[in-house]
Amino acid sequence: MSRITKFAGRDPGPAARVVGFISHLRENGLRLGVAEAELAMAALSEVDAIRPEDSRRALRAVCTGCKEESERFDDLFDGYWMDMGRVKQKVVPSQTSAINDDVHSSRDARGEDAGASGSATAPDGDEGEAESDGTGKLIATEQRNLARKDLRDLVRPEEIAQAEDVARRIGAALRDKRSRRRIAARKGDKLHFRKTIRRSLSSGGEPLRLLRKKRPDRTRKIVAICDVSGSMSVYSRVFLAFLAGLMRADTAADAYLFHTRLLRITEALRDKDAMRAIGRMSLMADGFGGGSKIGPSLMRFADTYAKRFVDGRSVVLILSDGYDTEPPEVIAEALEKLKKRGCKVVWLNPLKGWTDYAPVAEGMAAALPFLDAFKAANTLGDLAALERDLATI
Amino acid sequence: MTWTTLKSALAGEGYVASDDLAVALQLALSLGRPLLLEGAAGVGKTEIARTLAQVQDTRLIRLQCYEGLDAAQAIYEWNYQRQLLTIRAAAEGGETGKAVEDRIFSRDFLLERPLLAAITQEKPPVLLIDEIDRADEEFEAYLLEILSDFQVSIPELGTITAVTRPIVILTSNGTRDLSDALRRRCLYTYVEYPDRATELAILKARCPEVEARLADQIVGFVQKLREEELEKTPGVAEMLDFAAALMGLGIADLTQDPAVLQSTLTTLLKTQSDQAQITVEVASRIAGKAA
Repeated sequence: MSRITKFAGRDPGPAARVVGFISHLRENGLRLGVAEAELAMAALSEVDAIRPEDSRRALRAVCTGCKEESERFDDLFDGYWMDMGRVKQKVVPSQTSAINDDVHSSRDARGEDAGASGSATAPDGDEGEAESDGTGKLIATEQRNLARKDLRDLVRPEEIAQAEDVARRIGAALRDKRSRRRIAARKGDKLHFRKTIRRSLSSGGEPLRLLRKKRPDRTRKIVAICDVSGSMSVYSRVFLAFLAGLMRADTAADAYLFHTRLLRITEALRDKDAMRAIGRMSLMADGFGGGSKIGPSLMRFADTYAKRFVDGRSVVLILSDGYDTEPPEVIAEALEKLKKRGCKVVWLNPLKGWTDYAPVAEGMAAALPFLDAFKAANTLGDLAALERDLATI
Repeated sequence: MTWTTLKSALAGEGYVASDDLAVALQLALSLGRPLLLEGAAGVGKTEIARTLAQVQDTRLIRLQCYEGLDAAQAIYEWNYQRQLLTIRAAAEGGETGKAVEDRIFSRDFLLERPLLAAITQEKPPVLLIDEIDRADEEFEAYLLEILSDFQVSIPELGTITAVTRPIVILTSNGTRDLSDALRRRCLYTYVEYPDRATELAILKARCPEVEARLADQIVGFVQKLREEELEKTPGVAEMLDFAAALMGLGIADLTQDPAVLQSTLTTLLKTQSDQAQITVEVASRIAGKAA
């Protein structure tokens, strides 16, 4: 059990300590203003501040503002009030002046411990902070993941930013032009005369409420399905960055991975922290880099998720090389089913960029009749170049 | 009132709050700050406002946010129809000018919407602003003004200042990020799914007729189910529905009949793929573990 921090005798009193705590939180990336210190004092006077747990709860309610902060708060609280004495440097690793006059500790906050990743109960891993970042749940022990790779080794944050840009442009290219007709809307640019006059009947012919209409956005929804089987592993770096970028650029987009089975990664990729999103994705993609069953995976997609998420306004992007271990008819059948939902299907094949490439892989040949576009893509640059082609489909 | 007494008062009305939530609520009451609650759907965010209103013995005023919510629906609106009728009646009676104008822009012709209603109550009500994340950002900015000043200015009438300060509770499901300004104004608590003991207490408070052993099984089952990869994780309300369904069917033991258990899962699993994922075998395995 950690003991409560002993403050020095010359310490000016509780108010100064609370102010110190607020600045401790601020240094650790919580966005707090001057008013919060005052509020924190008021809050502490409302609870039994002698009891650490009550103070912790009161300060948590005052000082945190979102789920992530709420989760980190315990560590920060322990660090300041419970004499763990280390200043966790997670958000602003470059800032070294995080020493506070009110913290008296045997350890040097500037030293090696300053950016330590462990907590009191879990010592630091050798790899430091980055290692502990992707903490998710432990995955099941029935391991299919004979060749699991940490996707974070493959993808760098800059690439995600770059991919985000590319994905945003592709999304804009795919998006339909707005409809020509107008529908009723709360904030429309034109008056909706028919509705206004109809409504005016209830007030004796006086048009009291003016109703409006506008051109609706007919946005296209992008559904990306990425192959992460062994044969694709060279390209997965680009494609995963692209997926991560896509999800960040377009809130309506949807993403899936498949190797031998299909996995929806939309939720995981929505994480605010891009690297943590990739971390969560790698936890989910056990069996990453294994064999591929394109046909059955697409079939499963057509049978399940497509029914909910794919309609006539969707564009399904399939990122795969078309090397399937299953019979090619399954791919054809799955794509036919998918096409019946009225969506556009675009297949991006990294191999197509090679000179003299011909879609001889049986799966690829079977898929061709159902594709609206069949393009090459193996770098982010190639993906960016697709913008023009995709705008025309 | 300390937070422990508040907690037991809430428990008396059938709401089992976590310690964190109880402290935050008590601070919201004593400091007069709005409280922002976030958490997954079905963890009891809306319910807490309702229970708090009962504990405080006051009115609950609820503003359900939605996309396109504007000031007319949230704050006030003139009763145009009545104004029009009054003008016509006045014209027939020969009354004109200033007198009519004063009359039709008086409080009688003002339709109070939740936010205005909340600041004009004699006794401070509980104002629940539900699912604030669904409202537009413009509305959020408007709300900020009201939450900091507790006054509404109506051009024709002047400024209406709060008679009493309502106890404000905001809830959010996180469908979009709220602005920092709003978060700063509020106290914050993230409401988690309850742990086993808490959920058991909730079940006992809400359905006292459930036998202890079955209650244990129900809670264990739902807790285990939450660990599965589901699209829609069952919340507390679903757990209570599940318990009610089992009671209605007269089941005393979850492991007794897998087929019946499967049919009651409609109360917990709300999407097709979730129902497909939890097959009879999976359900009975989970029930076996929970027992």
